[in-house]
Amino acid sequence: MPDLLLELFSEEIPARMQAKAADDLRRMVTDKLVAEGLVYEGAKAFATPRRLALTVHGIPARQSDLKEERRGPRVGGPDAAIQGFLKATGLARIEDAKIQTDPKKGDFYIALIEKPGRATLDVLAEILPVIVRTFPWPKSMRWGERSAKSGSLSWVRPLHSIIATFGPETEEPDVVKFSVDGIEAGQTTFGHRFMAPSAIPVRRFEDYEAKLKAAKVVLDPQARKDIILADAKQLAFAQGFELVEDQVLLDEVAGLVEWPVALMGSFDEEYLTIPDEVIRATIRNNQKCFVVSDPKTGKLTNKFILTANIEATDGGKTIIGGNERVIRARLSDAKFFYETDLKTKLEARLPKFEQIVFHEKLGTQAERIKRIERLAAEIAPLVGADVEKAKRAAHLAKADLLTEVVGEFPELQGLMGKYYAQALGEDASVAAASEEHYKPQGPADRVPTDPVSVAVALADKIDTLAGFWAIDEKPTGSKDPYALRRAALGVIRLIVENTLRLPILNVAKSAMVGLPATGDAQKLPGDLLSFFADRLKVQLRDQGARHDLVDAVFSLGGQDDLLLVVRRVEALGKFLDTDDGKNLLAGTKRASNILAIEEKKDKRTFDGAPNAGLYNLPEEKALAKAIDQVKSEAGAAVAKEDFASAMSAMAKLRPAVDAFFDKVKVNDDEPKVRENRLKLLNEIRAATRAVADFSKIEG
Amino acid sequence: MDALPAHMRPERSFQGFILALQRFWAEQGCVILQPYDMEMGAGTFHPATTLRALGPKRWNAAYVQPSRRPKDGRYGENPNRMQHYYQFQVIMKPSPPNLQDLYLKSLAAIGIDSSLHDIRFVEDDWESPTLGAWGLGWECWCDGMEVSQFTYFQQVAGVECAPVAGELTYGLERLAMYVQGVDRVYDLNFNGRDGADKVTYGDVFLQAEQEYSRHNFEHADTAMLFEQFKMAEEACRKYLAVGWKEGGNQKEHLMALPAYDQCIKASHVFNLLDARGVISVTERQSYIMRVRELAKACGEAWVHTEAGRAI
Repeated sequence: MPDLLLELFSEEIPARMQAKAADDLRRMVTDKLVAEGLVYEGAKAFATPRRLALTVHGIPARQSDLKEERRGPRVGGPDAAIQGFLKATGLARIEDAKIQTDPKKGDFYIALIEKPGRATLDVLAEILPVIVRTFPWPKSMRWGERSAKSGSLSWVRPLHSIIATFGPETEEPDVVKFSVDGIEAGQTTFGHRFMAPSAIPVRRFEDYEAKLKAAKVVLDPQARKDIILADAKQLAFAQGFELVEDQVLLDEVAGLVEWPVALMGSFDEEYLTIPDEVIRATIRNNQKCFVVSDPKTGKLTNKFILTANIEATDGGKTIIGGNERVIRARLSDAKFFYETDLKTKLEARLPKFEQIVFHEKLGTQAERIKRIERLAAEIAPLVGADVEKAKRAAHLAKADLLTEVVGEFPELQGLMGKYYAQALGEDASVAAASEEHYKPQGPADRVPTDPVSVAVALADKIDTLAGFWAIDEKPTGSKDPYALRRAALGVIRLIVENTLRLPILNVAKSAMVGLPATGDAQKLPGDLLSFFADRLKVQLRDQGARHDLVDAVFSLGGQDDLLLVVRRVEALGKFLDTDDGKNLLAGTKRASNILAIEEKKDKRTFDGAPNAGLYNLPEEKALAKAIDQVKSEAGAAVAKEDFASAMSAMAKLRPAVDAFFDKVKVNDDEPKVRENRLKLLNEIRAATRAVADFSKIEG
Repeated sequence: MDALPAHMRPERSFQGFILALQRFWAEQGCVILQPYDMEMGAGTFHPATTLRALGPKRWNAAYVQPSRRPKDGRYGENPNRMQHYYQFQVIMKPSPPNLQDLYLKSLAAIGIDSSLHDIRFVEDDWESPTLGAWGLGWECWCDGMEVSQFTYFQQVAGVECAPVAGELTYGLERLAMYVQGVDRVYDLNFNGRDGADKVTYGDVFLQAEQEYSRHNFEHADTAMLFEQFKMAEEACRKYLAVGWKEGGNQKEHLMALPAYDQCIKASHVFNLLDARGVISVTERQSYIMRVRELAKACGEAWVHTEAGRAI
C-alpha cells in the first residue's frame, strides 16, 4: 500500500517547540486519515531546526465506498420537510426513496445514499492544507509581502517549501496537489544551510532521509542526540575526563543543529575557584555547552564541550576559539559576581527585603522571613532541632536571593546561600538549611534529615500554605500558581520520612496568627488539614496504597498527626489483607447496611447501650462480650499507638460477628428485642471506629 | 567591490567595519540614513524603524544609531558594557523571502566566513513594552556569541504590521571586537592605522563613559528630569491633538513626527531616572505604560499621514 511523505521546510524553529510539533503533525494527519476512513499501518514524525517531516506508510489508495441509510420525514409529511430531505440526500424525486414501516410511528421515507470512496491523493490534497493552516504552534507569526492581506498564513517562522508525495514503494509517487498561501507542495527539499544548501529532489521517505544525510542533515532528533552524547563522551574520555551528562541540555542542543559536531574547548584554570554549580550554570544556560569533570576528584575540569552545526574547514579551530572567548568573558563575570557576593555579609542584605513585596496581601519578604523564623523556633523542639540554630537558619535562608549570582542564575538559590554562609563561618547545620529548606521540591526530590533544615523547611512551607489559604488563593483544578500542592506534599514527606510527630493543626493555627490577612481563623486550619488529607491520599495512591483507607482514618475526626494517620492506614491495609480482616469488614458492612435500612424505616437511630437483660440467645451474649473485650483491648493498643495490636484485637470480633449473623434474626417480632439487637449492631460499628471508619472502606 | 585600503578593512578598523555594512545594505537597495539626532535606547526607536514599520508602503533602510542605556554604564571599567554604544539597524518592509540569506551575506561582507564559523539562529522573541511592539525571531550566534538580533515585527506602537517588516540589529562593538580579536572594547582599533596614527575606541569614548556614568548614576538632575518627562509627555499629547487635520472625509494627521520626538524624549528621560534609582518598582511599570500610550498614539497618527497610510 502507498506511503505519504510530508515535509514542511521553514526558517529556524525554536528548539523547545520541535518535539511537540513533530508529534502534533503526526497526530493531526493520522487522525484526519482515520476520520476519512483511511486506516494506516504506521507513522513517524521528525523535526530538525528547519523542518518538520512525517512519513505515514500503508495507507489505502482509495477510501472504500460508503453505503448509508438516512431516515427522512413521515410519508405524507409537509412538503417543506420532503423538499429538505431531497436536498439533503441528493435524491431527485421522493419516489426514489424507500418507505419503511414503523408499527408505532407510521411510515417513513428512507434514502439510500451511496458515497463512492475517493482517491486518497484527493483526500490528502484536501486535509493537508487545512492542517498547515490550523497547526497549533505555541506562538506563530506572519511575514513577507502576503502579510499585508488578512487571512495570510501564520507559521512559527517563515515557511519556505512543502513536500507532499504519495505512492507505492515500487512506483514514482504522485505529488499531492495543494498550495498554502502561495507555497505549492512539491518534491524538493534543501540540505544543510551552509554545507549543502542546494535543492534536492526527493520521491519518498527512504530516499528523502538518505539524501538529507548525504546533504549533512540528520533528520531524526534521537539520532542527533545519540551522536552528540557519544562524541561528547568520547572527547572527554580521550583526555581522561568524564562528561557531565545533562538530558535537558542535550534535548535543546539537538534542536539547534542539523549536523552535530562536538568540539572540546577549555578555559583558564583560575575560574575553577568558582563553585562548580556556578561554572556549570554559566556554561550551560548562556552558552548551551556541556561541562566535564575529573573522575579522580569528582570536580569540574577547565574543559567544556560545544556542539557546532558545521564541519568547519579548519577542523573547528576558529569555532573553539570563539566559544572560548565568550566563555572566558562569561566566567569572568561569574567570578566577579561570586567574589562581590562574598564581600557582603548575608545578614547585611536582609534590610533590603523590607522593600520587596512577597505578595500584595501577604506583606514583604522581610515580614515573611520573620514569620518563618518564629514558626521554625516553634517547630524546632518538636523535630529535635536546636531552637537558636533553627531561628538563625530561618533568618539567613532567603538572603542569597539578593546576591549577584542568584540574580543571574535563579536556579542556584539556596545552594549559594549555603556557600556564602559557610564562607562566613556559620554553623554547618545553619548553612546547610539555606539549601535544604527548599526541599523536597517534588515527589522524587530528596527529603532533608538534619533537624535544623527540617524545622526551616516545614516552617517555610507551612507559612506559604497558611498564607495563601488565608487570602483564599487555593489551587483549583489544574491551576496551582504558587505550587501549594507541592508544598503540602513536601510537608507530608518531611513528616513521614523523618517519622516526626507534629500536630499539624496547631502548627497551621500558629502560622495563621502571624499573617497580615487572617481570613476565617475558625474554619481555615481545618480546611488546610483536609487539603493535607487530599495530598496524602494522592501520595499513598501513587505508592500503591488504597486511598479509601485514608478516608476511613480521616473520617474518625481529630486526625492531625500525619505520621499516625499513615501508620493507621498501613496497619489497616495489612489487616484487610487477612481473612479475619476481610470477614470483619463484611460483617461490619452488613451491620451498617441493616442499621441504615432500619434507621430509615423507624426514622430514628439506635445508639445507646443495649440492655443485657434482653439478650436471649447465646450468640447475642457472646457478641456483646466480644465487643466489650475488643473495645478495651483495641482502645488500649491505639492509646499506645500500636495499631497492629489494635487490629489483632479487632480480629477477635470476627467469629462472634459471624456467629451472630448466622444464628440471630435481627428483626425479631418482639419490638424490644429488635431494638436491642439493632443497638448491638451499632456497637459493632462503634467498636471498629477505634481504628477506622469501616463504612468508608470500599469492597 | 573595489580593493579596500588596508586601514579600511572591516577586520582592521571599526569605521571600516561600519562602512562595509553600510555598503552591503546600500547594495540591497536600502536607503542609508544617518543616526537620528536624539538620545534613544535602541535603533528601533528611530522613526525610520518605529514609524516606517507601519503602513503598507515599501521601506528599506539601514543606519547606525548611537544607543544610550544609562543603567549599563560601568565607568569605563567593564570590558564590554557601556552606557553608549552603536547599533547598526536594517529594516526591510515587506520582509524579503531571502532575508536570512542577506543577513549571512552581510556577515561575509564584514569578514565572517560561514564555512569557518558556527552561525546559528537561536529563538529569541522580541518585545518592547515601551513601544507597544513585539515580533518573533532569533538572536544570531557566531561561535557561541550573540552578534545580532533578527526580528519579524508583528506589531509596533500597538498597530499590526501589514505587511510585516524584517529588522536586523547588529551590536557593532561586539562584532568588531570579535573580528579584530580584542577582548576589551576600548582596545578596538577605530581608524585602522598603526603606531602613532592609531586611534582606539577608548581614545574616542573612554572619557565619555566615565563622565556619563557619573552623570547617570550620581548627578543627573532628577528634579529637572521629572519635569522634563512631564513636559515631553504633555507636548507629545498636545502635538498629537492639534495635528489632526480638520474637514475632509479622510482622517489625516500633519504632525506625527514632531509628536513622536517627544515620545523618544520621554523614554530617554525615564531611562535616566531609572538609572538614578529614583523610580520604585511599582512606579516603573506606570512610567513604561505612559511611554507606551504615547507611542501608540503616535503610531495611530502616523498611519494617517502621507508616508504611513494606505496607498
